[in-house]
Amino acid sequence: MVDLVWFQLLSAVLFVIGLYGVMARRSAVLIIMSIELMLNAVNINLIAAASHMEGIGKFSDFDGQLIAIFIITVAAAEVGLALAIILRMFRNKSTVNVDEINLMKW
Amino acid sequence: MAWFIFILLAVFTIGGALGVVVTRNVVHAALSLLVSLIAVAGIYLVLFAEFLALVQVLIYGGAIIIVLMFAIMLTRGSDYPRITDNKQWPLAALAALAFLGVLAPSFWINTVEGTKSQNASLTGIGESLFTTWAVPFEIASLVLLVALIGAIIIARSDEEES
Repeated sequence: MVDLVWFQLLSAVLFVIGLYGVMARRSAVLIIMSIELMLNAVNINLIAAASHMEGIGKFSDFDGQLIAIFIITVAAAEVGLALAIILRMFRNKSTVNVDEINLMKW
Repeated sequence: MAWFIFILLAVFTIGGALGVVVTRNVVHAALSLLVSLIAVAGIYLVLFAEFLALVQVLIYGGAIIIVLMFAIMLTRGSDYPRITDNKQWPLAALAALAFLGVLAPSFWINTVEGTKSQNASLTGIGESLFTTWAVPFEIASLVLLVALIGAIIIARSDEEES
């Protein structure tokens, strides 16, 4: 059995890579992909904790897995909406680069 | 054996993730993301979370990658195959590494001893989902409905409105 800390370190590295992608990329589609990486890092962390530790109080052993299911649900909704917003953005401004969408920037 | 599989999957996960953030081709980025997400599903299997692995492959590997491919296709990402990064990317790398420098030692120092290693049964997940987590479950279905309707309204073409 692999110790919990290795899963946590893996999720930390994955989260940081996603964070770098969000900060460094210009295309909105790639920013969405980086956000997906960050959400997956959080899911790895939750599921690793759920399968390494006993439940406490009213929470059972696998409530971490259930929270991960809700995160996946929200991620799916987020990607659908983000696609719609990117399409509208592309139709109005003919670009998906976030630094060129500066109409409301002071 | 578990160690070998874990290291293999971790290499695929991190390699795919690095592919997403460094590649210059947007389609290659989507395919690297697919590699990373499928490897994450394997990591769920190492953690005895079979249901989550199934959900991961179905929703991420199936639906989300397809939706991202649609986004790339409809915004004509292939017309501009060489994508460029922000000018502040060294600063972003520095900030990300600093964040890792805080996160990794905090995990390393506060090690939690694993107290069990059995798998959560699918029956237990289902029971918990419809008793303890029933209200969040219903809210999640509402969120999906609202997101779907919102996406349709936002992405609808202008000609139909007039």
